Amino acid sequence: MEKIKVEHVTKIFGKHINAAMKLVEQKKSKTEILKETGATIGVYDANFTVNEGEIFVIMGLSGSGKSTLIRLLNRLIDPTNGNIYIDGQNISKLNKKELRKIRRDKMSMVFQNFGLFPHRTILQNTEYGLEIKGVPKEERRLKAEKALDNAGLLPYKDQYPSQLSGGMQQRVGLARALANDPDILLMDEAFSALDPLIRKEMQDELLDLQQRMKKTIVFITHDLNEALRIGDRIALMKDGEIIQIGTGEEILTNPANDYVRSFTEDVDRSKVLTVENAMIRPVSINVEADGPKVALQLMREEKVSVILAVDKQRNFKGYITANDALEASKRGERHLHGILRNDMQTVPPDTLIQDVLGPMSDSPTPIAVVENGKLLGVLIRGVVIETLSSSNGNGGVDDE
Amino acid sequence: MMNKMLDFIPSLPVADWVETFMDLLTDNFASMFSFIQKWGKNSMESFTDLLLLIPPILFILIVAIIAFFATKKKFGLAVFTIVGLTFIYNQDLWKELMNTVTLVVFSSIIAIIIGIPIGILMSKSNVAENIIKPILDFMQTMPGFVYLIPAVAFFGIGVVPGVFASVIFALPPTVRFTNLGIRQVPKELVEAADSYGSTGWQKLYKLELPLAKSTIMAGINQTVLLSLSMVVIASMIGAPGLGRDVLSALQRAQVGNGFVAGISLVIFAIIIDRLTQSLNKKKY
Ligand SMILES: Nc1ncnc2c1ncn2[C@@H]1O[C@H](COP(=O)(O)OP(=O)(O)OP(=O)(O)O)[C@@H](O)[C@H]1O
Ligand SMILES: [Mg+2]
Repeated sequence: MEKIKVEHVTKIFGKHINAAMKLVEQKKSKTEILKETGATIGVYDANFTVNEGEIFVIMGLSGSGKSTLIRLLNRLIDPTNGNIYIDGQNISKLNKKELRKIRRDKMSMVFQNFGLFPHRTILQNTEYGLEIKGVPKEERRLKAEKALDNAGLLPYKDQYPSQLSGGMQQRVGLARALANDPDILLMDEAFSALDPLIRKEMQDELLDLQQRMKKTIVFITHDLNEALRIGDRIALMKDGEIIQIGTGEEILTNPANDYVRSFTEDVDRSKVLTVENAMIRPVSINVEADGPKVALQLMREEKVSVILAVDKQRNFKGYITANDALEASKRGERHLHGILRNDMQTVPPDTLIQDVLGPMSDSPTPIAVVENGKLLGVLIRGVVIETLSSSNGNGGVDDE
Repeated sequence: MMNKMLDFIPSLPVADWVETFMDLLTDNFASMFSFIQKWGKNSMESFTDLLLLIPPILFILIVAIIAFFATKKKFGLAVFTIVGLTFIYNQDLWKELMNTVTLVVFSSIIAIIIGIPIGILMSKSNVAENIIKPILDFMQTMPGFVYLIPAVAFFGIGVVPGVFASVIFALPPTVRFTNLGIRQVPKELVEAADSYGSTGWQKLYKLELPLAKSTIMAGINQTVLLSLSMVVIASMIGAPGLGRDVLSALQRAQVGNGFVAGISLVIFAIIIDRLTQSLNKKKY
């Protein structure tokens, strides 16, 4: 179900908005427009939907408009143009009071520098959202303490934010957001200010939390690895425009243009790409019909020493080596059943490449990719390594 | 020749205009001014009387104890308070001191009551800031005794016009620092308050004023000291207090008396300054 829908949303900062609008329509660049009109394109013509329970990541370089876009969602910034729907309600049309209600009940925000109030204790910070809604004192204290307890921070409730480490402060930021029990979490570079280890820990916690609570999360980052790690889908922004939306895999295997490609170059692909992107067409033989002679012929043609065996329905049966086939053919056997080996490893197609790298180097044979018993492909060392290093995987359709 | 070049512009009767304007005000609001004058005079006199009811020794002790606790239990200011105030009492200036206290207390409180809301308004609206800022600049570049002129025009002579002039003179720092303090609240925190659905008032009370507090206190401290510095000037239009002794010593060239009254003012100023500063300590 769609939770957030963004339709043709544009935000231009500064004066001469109409002039700037004309220039963007003429495809002028952001710097040209700034020079000519003094107006800055924050976001231009953004269109996307976020489904309920999804982690939607917005990614892009500094100044690409990520923060502007997320602030349009709760209208900390008013759009110049376009409509934003939350649960089907057009929030661009709400008056102040209605908007406050949406902010209080539906969405909470987590900030890059935590956004904790320095003059309030951890507990008072966590209570903030409930307090301004007018939740009775005792009830809000209980809720806030529960949220802090879940974050493992209850013992710190009477301390001030400055007394906590960065990671702890951000946990408070998250607890404050969750204490409100919102449907939607807006997180603007929430983990960017943390050091790498803590950051990874927080990502895990977020994923874990998502498993349990099924919030809809819009998450901003400028780090592709982070995006790939936590995002169900990723939107990539450049100069205020969204240039590609897709799963991490889609973006890696099928980048929309050179910009996206360059963005994805230094990513650790093994953590994102699945074996589906690295497998090749298997050389296979029908064990029910063919004999050793055909097998040898095929192996010679394809220049391989191992051939995969399937039945008529392409169900994976095992493999046959060239030596065995030669022996069998010398013995004059007509069938392959006698020399069929079945100690080959199989993996489903959605296995991460990262997870087969180890087994592959130990195994003398290639690894078969099998889904519901059917043979889909085969993994060969050289091809897998090549997939990891190339900027577009061979599983994707090339647009060159 | 050159000197005469600008003479083709006839001299503008600005002074007349201002006078007409003031006449207009005094004529139309005469009853209001006289009400304020009467009511103000009465309440200030009773306040002074109240202060004078307190035995000086008790008064000195109370202030010293406040000073002791306000400065985190250090003895410096407390001892200074005892010695200084005892000296003033010893010089037979106690009544004058109490009159001065009244003047400073009233003008500071009024300046704060007016100044903080104006500062808040300024911080919330760039238009308001652009209008008010030059007015504050103007107010601060004027010598303090200029304000005596409208004060006398509205309220005659005495303590009320003294307070009026002091308020105008002492107002700007509170306004400026309130504005500054609120504008200095980090943007992310304001966004946090907004994103949770705070109303404007909630944001002001729960976030902006608490965070701006120490800046505002610095402004208030300056306001108090400025209103104290108006004490001598206000005595020119008949406001009672230590200032009057300084002034009369000045007029009669009595160096000794002038020195004593002057030093009493300085003692009072130091106590007030340190006290208001130490009230402004951070807890987080
Ligand atoms: N209030 C504003 N007034 C004018 N221009 C603004 C304003 N806020 C943002 N911009 C401009 O809009 C563009 C997008 O800014 P934004 O903060 O959304 O980028 P970002 O992707 O979040 O960058 P970063 O990674 O540095 O946070 C930038 O060119 C910025 O200068
Ligand atoms: Mg940003």
